[in-house]
Amino acid sequence: MDEVVLRKSYDVEAGDFESAGDASAGIKATLKRLGVPTGIVRRVAIAAYESEINLIIHSMGGSLTLTVDGESVCLVSDDRGPGIASIEKALQAGWSTAPDSVRSLGFGAGMGLPNMKKNADEFQIDSTVNVGTHIVMRFHLS
Amino acid sequence: MNPRNYSVYLDKDRCNGCTHCLRVCPTEAIRVRHGHASILAGKCIDCGMCIRTCPYHAKKARTDALARMEDFKYRIALPGPEFFGQFANLESIEVVLEGILELGFDDVFEITRGADILAARQREILQSNPRRPLISAACPSVVRLIQKSFPELLPNIIPVQPPEEVAARLAREQFAVRHQVRPEDIGVFLFTPCPSRRTHVVTHPGMERSHIDGAISIMEVYAAMSSRKHPAATRAKSCATLYGMGWGAIGGESTAMGLNDYLAVDGIQDVIHVLEEIENNNLTDLQFFEGMACKGGCVGGSLVFENPFVAKNRLRKMMEGMPRVRLDGEAARVILGEGNDVLLDNPLEPLPEPKLDENLLVAMRKMEQIDQLAMKLPGLDCGSCGSPTCQCLAEDVIRGEATELDCIFRLKEYISQSARELLDVSCNPEEE
Repeated sequence: MDEVVLRKSYDVEAGDFESAGDASAGIKATLKRLGVPTGIVRRVAIAAYESEINLIIHSMGGSLTLTVDGESVCLVSDDRGPGIASIEKALQAGWSTAPDSVRSLGFGAGMGLPNMKKNADEFQIDSTVNVGTHIVMRFHLS
Repeated sequence: MNPRNYSVYLDKDRCNGCTHCLRVCPTEAIRVRHGHASILAGKCIDCGMCIRTCPYHAKKARTDALARMEDFKYRIALPGPEFFGQFANLESIEVVLEGILELGFDDVFEITRGADILAARQREILQSNPRRPLISAACPSVVRLIQKSFPELLPNIIPVQPPEEVAARLAREQFAVRHQVRPEDIGVFLFTPCPSRRTHVVTHPGMERSHIDGAISIMEVYAAMSSRKHPAATRAKSCATLYGMGWGAIGGESTAMGLNDYLAVDGIQDVIHVLEEIENNNLTDLQFFEGMACKGGCVGGSLVFENPFVAKNRLRKMMEGMPRVRLDGEAARVILGEGNDVLLDNPLEPLPEPKLDENLLVAMRKMEQIDQLAMKLPGLDCGSCGSPTCQCLAEDVIRGEATELDCIFRLKEYISQSARELLDVSCNPEEE
């Protein structure tokens, strides 16, 4: 059987709160239509939403990409900077660099990356300051 | 559709194949094919949006006729708060209770009494169950929506019966004891504001059986009562409390429970939006979510007569004079009696929609075809093809239930192209 891969990519603009949630809603709807087990759909949806909000608040814009193959669901968040100075700190629950203007909107509680990591089966993050951040989250289907 | 599992149905003779219902259905359960609408089994949640919207009244609800009470030796009526909101210039609720008795019922038991017990028990459950938010089980359409589209949230639903079921069991038991008659000789009839409460009586999710023998639409009871004379004497005494009465409109349940950290959301589309938030773990510190499919709550049901805002205002005025009494858990247990509770017998089951394919890889291929086709469609979601959205038509085509040329825009393109080709052939006859 030839390899079947489904891929959907969503551009996420920096500061675009109006569209916040569109990409993760699209990802969730796709997985539900595919018939992916509901527990996995929920974990992907949570991670996708956190990723999307991170891109809007912290990045200079980027994309969120969903890939599904026979074995796993994969989410990739890619952005054009500014990069994370200390990944170790960013992964601590409650640690945040969000400015007050964003916190006043109820975002920036410092739970984004920890929640993404908690919900994914595999979590990999690479970041270079002034270049960008690349996060790969994998969710096993079996 | 299996009439036993759904209450909304189509009167084909009245349907002219327009797309009003198609566009308001929150679960994309309607298609217009061959000139009339049809409802897809497995998608409908009996919310009644189509009934409310259809300009030709072709969408209807299966309910029991008032005459069904003749099947029983003794009959009890179960009116909910919204029923009392139907009547103008009421001196007291007792006048309505008397009117119900005059229709041929032997007793009338207010659903507010079930609601009072539920409020007390739900407060206790909120203390003992740490899951957040807990979700109200009072609206059967919302429960069904969660079973179909948000199965991961099933454990968040408070596992209790709806108020009419709690009331029905008590009504039958108390009547049987008081009049020394056999419980099976008693018919207990709900005056239902909506198709989904009737469906609940028939399908009773999570319950071994329903305590209700039939569901008569409020519209039908109202019609029967409005043609009668205003009753003079009153035999029945109302037991309604301010808090129990509140359940007839959105937010009443949360108020009855004495909560301050809750979301009360009416209207099925808005309920869906909040459930998405809950599913995304964005509301994990919220205590309670009360969602009702109908705008305004049960006063806005598709089978009630009166304008929901008018009915709500009447309820509010009535409530002013009612006792502000909340039961505590202990009192609720005493009323329920030894060995009885409001809890469900079994956990609520997911009711998943049919998948694109059982095999994930095949489903993925189909999804790709759907997306490719959807890109060729105009994206107007006009409904003229008979599917609610372009994306939906694409899926229907791949499922083999529609064709690409059902889209009038694609058809127009096809015809122009064919015409051009025909013209080319006739102007440049190659073979000659």
